[in-house]
Amino acid sequence: MKKFIEKAVIMEEDQMDRALKRIAHELLEKNKSLDNAVILGIRTRGVPLAERLKKTIEEIHDIVVPIGVLDINLYRDDLTSLTEQPVILQTVIPVGVKGKKIILVDDVLYTGRTIRAALDSIIDMGRPELIQLVVMVDRGHRELPIRADFVGKNVPTSKREKVEVLLKEIDGIDKVIIKEAVEESK
Amino acid sequence: MIKEKDLLGLRNISTDEIDEILRVAIPMKDIITRDIKKVPTLRGKSMATLFFENSTRTKSSFEIAAKYLSADCTNLAVSTSSVQKGETLIDTAITLEVMGIELFVMRHGASGAPHFLGRNTKARIINAGDGMNEHPTQGLLDMFTMQDKKGNLGDLTVTILGDVAHSRVARSNIWGLTKYGAKVRVVAPATLIPVEMERMGVEVYTDVDKALKGADVVNVLRLQKERQSGGLLPSLVEYNKFWGLNSKRLELLKDDAIIMHPGPMNRGVEIMPEVYEDPRSVVDEQVTNGVAVRMALLFMMLGGKSGDDIN
Amino acid sequence: MILIKDGHVIDPANSIDDIMDILIIGEKINKIEKDIAIKEEYEIIDAKNLMVFPGLIDMHVHLREPGFEHKETIKTGLEAAAKGGFTTVACMPNTKPAIDDRTIVEALDRKARGAKVNLKVIGAATKNIDSDQLTEMGDMKEAGIVAISNDGKPVKNANITRRVLEYAKKFDLILIEHCEDESLANNGFIHEGYYSTILGLKGIPREAEDLIVARDIALAKMTDGKVHIAHISSKNSVDLVREAKKQGINITAEVTPQHLILTDQIVESFDTSTKINPPFRSEEDRKALVTGLIDGTIDMIATDHAPHARWEKEVEYAYAPFGVVGLETAVSLIYTKLVKTGIMSFGNLVEKMANNPGRIFKLGGVLKVGSDADITLFDPNKKWVVNPNKFYSMGRNTPFKDWNLDGEVIHTIVKGDFALKDGKVI
Repeated sequence: MKKFIEKAVIMEEDQMDRALKRIAHELLEKNKSLDNAVILGIRTRGVPLAERLKKTIEEIHDIVVPIGVLDINLYRDDLTSLTEQPVILQTVIPVGVKGKKIILVDDVLYTGRTIRAALDSIIDMGRPELIQLVVMVDRGHRELPIRADFVGKNVPTSKREKVEVLLKEIDGIDKVIIKEAVEESK
Repeated sequence: MIKEKDLLGLRNISTDEIDEILRVAIPMKDIITRDIKKVPTLRGKSMATLFFENSTRTKSSFEIAAKYLSADCTNLAVSTSSVQKGETLIDTAITLEVMGIELFVMRHGASGAPHFLGRNTKARIINAGDGMNEHPTQGLLDMFTMQDKKGNLGDLTVTILGDVAHSRVARSNIWGLTKYGAKVRVVAPATLIPVEMERMGVEVYTDVDKALKGADVVNVLRLQKERQSGGLLPSLVEYNKFWGLNSKRLELLKDDAIIMHPGPMNRGVEIMPEVYEDPRSVVDEQVTNGVAVRMALLFMMLGGKSGDDIN
Repeated sequence: MILIKDGHVIDPANSIDDIMDILIIGEKINKIEKDIAIKEEYEIIDAKNLMVFPGLIDMHVHLREPGFEHKETIKTGLEAAAKGGFTTVACMPNTKPAIDDRTIVEALDRKARGAKVNLKVIGAATKNIDSDQLTEMGDMKEAGIVAISNDGKPVKNANITRRVLEYAKKFDLILIEHCEDESLANNGFIHEGYYSTILGLKGIPREAEDLIVARDIALAKMTDGKVHIAHISSKNSVDLVREAKKQGINITAEVTPQHLILTDQIVESFDTSTKINPPFRSEEDRKALVTGLIDGTIDMIATDHAPHARWEKEVEYAYAPFGVVGLETAVSLIYTKLVKTGIMSFGNLVEKMANNPGRIFKLGGVLKVGSDADITLFDPNKKWVVNPNKFYSMGRNTPFKDWNLDGEVIHTIVKGDFALKDGKVI
């Protein structure tokens, strides 16, 4: 039996806050205008992060960016090899994606497969003007040619480790931790 | 997750399973309304429809559901003139199975035929209507529509109007709805009500006005014209007069009630044209919901786990 | 010469229920006594802990010859009978051609000549079963038929039934009636009740049986003829027979082990080995059958052994033929479900499966010095699991597959000769 135990805390609440604020600045800088933008949170932990980003942009720039929720499970490439069927939830994008600047938000960027599924999913809903990617943590080990446009923190990891972004909305606490796999003797 | 290998009916399925099907159908319904009505989810999965009875609606609904999910769907038109039975049925299925078909959608005129096939094939089976037994996907889409329009199924009074004796739609509706505690009434001439129907947990009426009074949902069943023979009905005209749903009878329903029909309708027999046109009619939406519910089922039975892992 | 030693001999007809020995010389029973002295020339059967009773008689089997040899043959059917402890079986005439004249009766006799178990033939009451022309039942009687029947169907209508009963009287033939009003049955194939309603399978109401039972009771009274109700299944019919018997009308009845044990609930599986006519009825009916059997309304148990080929039963429920096999499970089923449970005594079992059919159809069925040595030896402590693949019958269609049963027939002796020895057909 493999078990993951907590090894290190890499971000605390205030660091996460600061990262989001920085990203909010960078977003406007890079895009000039966010008039035609939509923030899309990838279920599950991308959703509260997207909401925070929306709020942060509102506080800093006084711009209201519409928000949506993306469920990528129907686009996964590993469906048949999963032991548990994923829970399929609704994708909700009130303003649509056609011609929009899509700001895709997720917690951790790892192999890139989730983002691949998200890109396919978005494009199936219409042709956006562009798609940019925001992640709280980039832990490396990409398996596809995908990169993030805005990163909260780059964290070098080994494949044996697991990065978890804990969020108040879901987990009751804000922090980012690294866990390590250990063999559990029975 | 569907626990059994085959989805044969709503009688032996749990509310947990039904809940999940109805829940997954919601995002599926979104796909139907998009410009690009296709997701790659079931790419490379193979299924076949095996229809031993004529059907346009159900068959195309499954076919479309398969296409939207990118599954490959083969349609086996089984000639209805030469009655295929016995080993032929097993042989047909096994032949397709060894060619890689993983799921059969099956309709057959004999009650229990998919149960019989299910015991003889490793492929998964969705019953698309067997004789007078069950039509579970119709039951599910009806429940999805009721839940969508009226909320909690357990709070509803549902009147099933028409030929319940010969109706697999009625049976699947009754099994599904009573599991949630809905109050189900059936109403028909006594010749079209089977014996001991009360034991299914429904109220049985022959008086349509009493049965409609205060109902949240009326589900009108199709009346097969051949029921006039065999002493079941004197005429379609008399049926329409005493059991047909017309605008006057609609007044007996709750104001916000919905009107359903599994189709195809015999206008002027079990239902009057103005009833179908009434704003409370959700007949067209049922058809859309049918695709959504079938997509949910196909995803749950072909995606993720294969049938072998389950049984 | 066979000496059956220390067996528990049971024969209610002769009030025997004791540990005794039976000596068989030639085809006949020579002695039934305690402690018969052993002689060197005797073949000794140690019957300690075995029940020893008159060979079982089954008045209702379908051996499918002529015409349906792919389902069963006289040979395999009689082997199955031996395995089940039956020393005499009577085969029904719904064959192809039907057993409706002397030459077919004689042909069957010839076929059965090599077999150990006694084959008795039941002749059709009307030509080709379904016609209104009486068969030459006198001629067939001379050739050995023991009863007349159109089994599978009742005699066509009230008038023909009347004539059959009147005519058969001279030859002392009992009319065995399959009671089912075809118009009320309306092509149904399971009991009309809760399960036909929920499964959407066409039902046969119990009243379809009641109508013909009532008709035949009236006609038996009118003609003073003899009617035997085959495989009774409806509680109302049991009441009708009980009442008719009270009035002294010549009516008898049989019930199958399967109808005594199973109800229509078993059809839920859509397994075609539960498709049978008359159909398995409700629990209420089943209870009435048991009551009727105990109180004497129902005289005997008969199997209605109805083998079919595997491919004929491996079809959709609606298309499958009616019938289940029964010879090899009957006595163990009755013992397990009715005797061991205390509903009836072992003596009752012997009455219903040997004494009564023997008396009513004049076929023996008793243990008596000088009578044919037809004897069944049964081990009540043996346990076994029903495995259709091991049947001697060609039919595999049983609803009791994988059932755990108590008690098994060890030896079947017919006219002083082993038909079954140590559980193996000779």
